[in-house]
Amino acid sequence: MRRVYMDANATTPLLPEVMEAMRPYWMEHFGNASSIHQQGQRARTAVDHARETLAEFFGCHANEVVFNSGGTEGDNTALFGLLHPGDHLITTSIEHSAVLAAADRLAQDGITTTKVDPLPNGLIDPMDILRAIRPETRLISVMLANNETGVVQPVEEIGKIAAQTGVFYHIDAVQGAGKIPIDVKRIGCHLLSISGHKMHAPKGIGAMYLRKGTPLDPLMVGGSHERRRRAGTEAVPSIVALGKAAELAMHSLETGAMYRLTQLRDKLENGILAAIPGTGVNGEGAPRAANTSNIWFDNLDSEALVIALDLKGLSVSGGSACHSGATEPSHVLLAMGLDRNRAKASLRFSLLKTATEADIDYALETVIAAVDRLRDLAPESNQALAGTAS
Amino acid sequence: MATAASNLAAESAKLTGTIAVAMSGGVDSSTVAAMLRDQGRIAGFDVIGLTLQLWDQNRLAGMPGTPAAPKAGRCCSLDDVYDARRVAETLDIPYYVVNQQERFEADVVRPFVDEYLAGRTPIPCSLCNNHLKFDQLLRTARQIGADRIATGHYAVNEYDPARSRWILKRPTDLAKDQTWFLFGLTQEQLAHTLFPLGHLNKPAVREIARESGLALADKPDSQEICFIPGGDYKQFIQNYLTEQGETLPDSAGQLVSTSGAPIGRHEGIHNFTIGQRKGLGVTSPNPLYVLNIDSASRNVTVGPESELNRPSFTCHRPNWISIPALTGRLRVQARIRHSQSPAPAWIEPTTAPDGSEGVLVTFDEPQRAVTPGHSAVFYQQEEVVGGAWIV
Repeated sequence: MRRVYMDANATTPLLPEVMEAMRPYWMEHFGNASSIHQQGQRARTAVDHARETLAEFFGCHANEVVFNSGGTEGDNTALFGLLHPGDHLITTSIEHSAVLAAADRLAQDGITTTKVDPLPNGLIDPMDILRAIRPETRLISVMLANNETGVVQPVEEIGKIAAQTGVFYHIDAVQGAGKIPIDVKRIGCHLLSISGHKMHAPKGIGAMYLRKGTPLDPLMVGGSHERRRRAGTEAVPSIVALGKAAELAMHSLETGAMYRLTQLRDKLENGILAAIPGTGVNGEGAPRAANTSNIWFDNLDSEALVIALDLKGLSVSGGSACHSGATEPSHVLLAMGLDRNRAKASLRFSLLKTATEADIDYALETVIAAVDRLRDLAPESNQALAGTAS
Repeated sequence: MATAASNLAAESAKLTGTIAVAMSGGVDSSTVAAMLRDQGRIAGFDVIGLTLQLWDQNRLAGMPGTPAAPKAGRCCSLDDVYDARRVAETLDIPYYVVNQQERFEADVVRPFVDEYLAGRTPIPCSLCNNHLKFDQLLRTARQIGADRIATGHYAVNEYDPARSRWILKRPTDLAKDQTWFLFGLTQEQLAHTLFPLGHLNKPAVREIARESGLALADKPDSQEICFIPGGDYKQFIQNYLTEQGETLPDSAGQLVSTSGAPIGRHEGIHNFTIGQRKGLGVTSPNPLYVLNIDSASRNVTVGPESELNRPSFTCHRPNWISIPALTGRLRVQARIRHSQSPAPAWIEPTTAPDGSEGVLVTFDEPQRAVTPGHSAVFYQQEEVVGGAWIV
């Protein structure tokens, strides 16, 4: 059966160039980058090279790049490393749980959090951030692009507010990286986190921009790796891979890949909206990452739709996956004010940058047929039942 | 067993498309998945696994009488989802977890609590079969492109062309007979459901599980109500109401004798079920049993065991399987609890106290502990005629 993968916001495959770049570092150049000998030097050279590539990717100096294990570690490091009892955090209600759960834990230590709600189109109003500022506010943490809707936040405007009020500023760029050019100077952030596996590098590797002089308590302590900002032997093959992936991402961004992806995404989206009544786009009207389309369907159970599509070879996702494999309505869509039934009946299509016109045609055909079947078999009482649940 | 397998083979020869197996993580449904996977490879149908996520065991964890960490081995626990997933991996079939927690709470848990508070003794497994397993699960299965579901219930389901009806029958392994819980199935549901274990006994099922390389072949059977690990339903009701921000309604009242004379106090009618002997809080030279629970007066009548027997009773909300409708007196064997053997009786149409369609059941010999809230299921030989809820 044909398989079309449209769940790039969950994870991406390695690109062949990335696989080739990292391959020698498993067995041939296996050294510890901290060792004095030749093998160690070879590893150190590779890490340094990747660090320079990431510096270019972020628009910062190489010594402001810290390698870590991924997006969750970056988000956790920013919050746990900067906030102390009595401090105030401003974030948003549409952040990834790596930020929200960290904020919940900090609440036990007397750190208060204001979670700013988005506008109905998924955008955070910078004025809402400004209004939330207090004398004890120490950190603002905002995502660059939302993982579910793709909505791109006004991070530069919020950066100006952070600068004017003297508050530290962290960007969760896990979903933005590789889809939107990043320039930490323009954003005005002190920290910015990315994850390798969302941009064709392996799982378990990530990187953080950490502005020189930012007083961050490391999450991991031990050896003097990463200038004492993140202890633990460098994952050399994965770091090499992340460097290569960042290089390829910059090249894609410069050569119009996102324009092509927007065309494909819009074709998919418009095709669904035109063919299937009772549908709409979550985040419509807001600037969005080129690859993401989140669509609500009236009178539908997105869980069944995801399964039906999977059995027809199309991989998409509904709400955020939870560890049991069952799904809950998305906190992001609920925060945008979508009613519970539409939130539960929303589907996220997130295209790989390798997506083709044929992929879109197959997805359209498959989705339209599956929605027809689901609605045909939906009980009359579903409406009434749905009504009581909201 | 050879006959059973060839029966299934003969039946599977007609099967096409996709069959969704309702997998609970237990031996029975896992074995069904294994059998159908093998049959499907020959007969050319596909098999997928589905698990309903019905209840979050963490919800009431840490409340009185409930362990802080949920216990393993229950049909709603993540451990069972893990087991079901491992079976699906072993069998190399697609597997999905479907979240039906809201529906389960609304259609099973809340009615369970309300029934007890009204002085009746509910059967959550029958409610779950009617509302979740053979309604929602079957619908989901068909929505995702499957033609039928298969479950690990011990029952037989056959189409009778002479009567143009699907017939539900007791299984070969009568000790495992689950037809009492299945009386609510409609013709439409039966037409899309397979019970591949109907002609097998439990040791044979475990043997097939072992032969199929399933690691859980020796996993113990589940017995208790899946959302009440430990089985203390009174504590569950208390904890559930606390979680909901509700207080347990005061239903304390009198314990009275059969003549109506007060002989003690009780702390709430939900603590009692018909036929109960323990925990009455009164002493008597002869053992006393709960004979009646009156939710209006809150009187709980107790008396000697002999008075537990009833010659007849009324039930309502019937579902008919082997017959289209009950039009007159019919000779049946009636079964009023899962553990009871069917007893000879007559059934006839009547009007229930609430004015709805009812069934009057008259036993040849009076039967012990007719329990409102339970179901009465009617048989003719091995066939399930239908069933209804005891008023």
